[in-house]
Amino acid sequence: MPHTRRTFEIEQQLLVEAIYRRYHYDFRGYAQASLRRRLQTALARFNCETLSQLQHLVLHDAAVFPALLQYLTVQVSDMFRDPEYFLALREKVVPILRTYPSLKIWIAGCSGGEEVWSMAILLREEGLLERSLIYATDINASALQKAEAGVYDIERVPGFTDNYTRAGGAGSLSEHYSAAYGRVVFDKSLRRHVVFSDHSLATDSVFAEMQLISCRNVLIYFERPLQDRAVGLFQESLCRRGFLGLGSKESLRFSAHAAQFDEFLPGERIYQKKAQA
Amino acid sequence: MTETAPRAIAIGGSAGSIEALNHLLPALHPGLAASVIVALHLPREQPSLLQSIFAPRCALAVFEAQDKEPLRAGAIYFAPPDYHLLVDAGPVLALSIDPPVHFSRPAIDVLFESAADAYGAQLTAVLLSGANSDGARGLLAVQRAGGTTIVQAPASAYATAMPQAALALLAPDHVLEPQAMAPVLNQLHSRRSL
Repeated sequence: MPHTRRTFEIEQQLLVEAIYRRYHYDFRGYAQASLRRRLQTALARFNCETLSQLQHLVLHDAAVFPALLQYLTVQVSDMFRDPEYFLALREKVVPILRTYPSLKIWIAGCSGGEEVWSMAILLREEGLLERSLIYATDINASALQKAEAGVYDIERVPGFTDNYTRAGGAGSLSEHYSAAYGRVVFDKSLRRHVVFSDHSLATDSVFAEMQLISCRNVLIYFERPLQDRAVGLFQESLCRRGFLGLGSKESLRFSAHAAQFDEFLPGERIYQKKAQA
Repeated sequence: MTETAPRAIAIGGSAGSIEALNHLLPALHPGLAASVIVALHLPREQPSLLQSIFAPRCALAVFEAQDKEPLRAGAIYFAPPDYHLLVDAGPVLALSIDPPVHFSRPAIDVLFESAADAYGAQLTAVLLSGANSDGARGLLAVQRAGGTTIVQAPASAYATAMPQAALALLAPDHVLEPQAMAPVLNQLHSRRSL
C-alpha cells in the first residue's frame, strides 16, 4: 500500500513542522524511520487513526504535546552502558584530564541521567570530582527532572553493578547510592557537581568551554545535516585537545568535521580535537 | 539506461537461525542485485561474531551495519548487538536504541517494517527459526507493501514458534527449508530480473 505510506510521510512532515512552529522543538532533522516508528506507537496512545488527527490535538490541546514529547525523545539507558567506554575513559583519558586545574564535562542528551551519575562516580573515584563541573543537557524537561532526581528502580541495580565492575569500578557501586522502598537514589554529594539544563543540539548554541563531551547514541537519531550541526557545536565547545566520546556504533567518519578530530581511541569511539582545529 | 529501483532482502531469525543462515548466505550469488540485511537475536553483552563467521564463507561482502551507511547491492549487513537496525530513505542503514521489541534489540519487526517502508515491492523478507513471535507483524507489513515473504518451514526449524507465529498471521509467498531459500532469492534478485 504505497499510497498509505506516502500519506503517512506527508503527515509526518506536517506534524513535525507544526510542532516546531507551535512549540519550538525541532525534529525536522531527525532520522525518519525511527521517528515514524515512535509516531506509530504514539497514535495508539492518543487514540488517533492518523497523524493529521494527532496534529490537531497537538495544536489545539496544550496538554498533549508534553505527553507526545515522551514518545519522541525518551531513550533507554544504563549506568556504565558499554563498560569498555568507561574503562577507556578511566585508564586513558583521566590521566590527561588530571593535568587540568578545573574540568568542565558535557553530557549531551542525558535523558534519564544514568550516564551523568556514571561519570560523576568515575570522577569521584579518580579524585577529580571536586574540581569538576558536569553539564547534563537534554531537550526533554521531564527526562531532565528524572535525571536530576537520580532515583532508579532497585531491579536495575544488578545490571548497573555488573557494568560498573566491568568498567573498572574501584570500589562498590553501593557506596554511591542509598536504597529505600524498592528504589535507589544517588548521593547528594555527587549532585553538587552537576548542572542540569535544557539544551537542544538542533537549535541552541555553545555555552562553555569543555575538556570532555560525551554524547552517546544521540547522533544516530539525527540525519546527516543535523549530525553535522551537533558535532560542529562540540568542536566549537571543546578546548584544544579536548575529548569527544560517541556511542559504540557511531563515528565521525561521515561527518563534515571529521578532519578537525584525531581518533584518540578508535575502538571506544573517543576522539580528540586537533590542536589547531 | 533507466534507473533501477534499489532492492533488498531482509532476514530475521533467533534460536536456531545461524544454522539456517549457514545454508542460505554462502549460497547467494556474487552478482546478487540486492542488499542483504540481517537481524538476529544475539546476547547483548558480547561483540557479534557473525561477520567473522560468515565473511570467509560468503561470495558477498559481509559487514556489521553502521549508522547512515549507504546500502550497496551484493553486500550483507548484520545488525550489531543491542541496537535496532532500520532502513531509512536513501536507502541507508540506521541504528536506534529505542526500547526492545519482543524483549529483543535488534528486533526483526523493526527491521522488516522499516525496510517495507523503504523498499516496498522491491523487498523480500525471510523469517527463520526462533522461539518467540518477533517478525510476524513485520512480515505482514512487507506483504502489505507488496514485497515477497518467505518463512522457514517449521519442520526444518530448530525452534518453531517464530515461523508458526508468522504462518498464523499471514499466508507467505513461500514456505521453504533453508537449503531451498538461496535458489529462490538468487532467482528473484538476479541481475536479469531488473
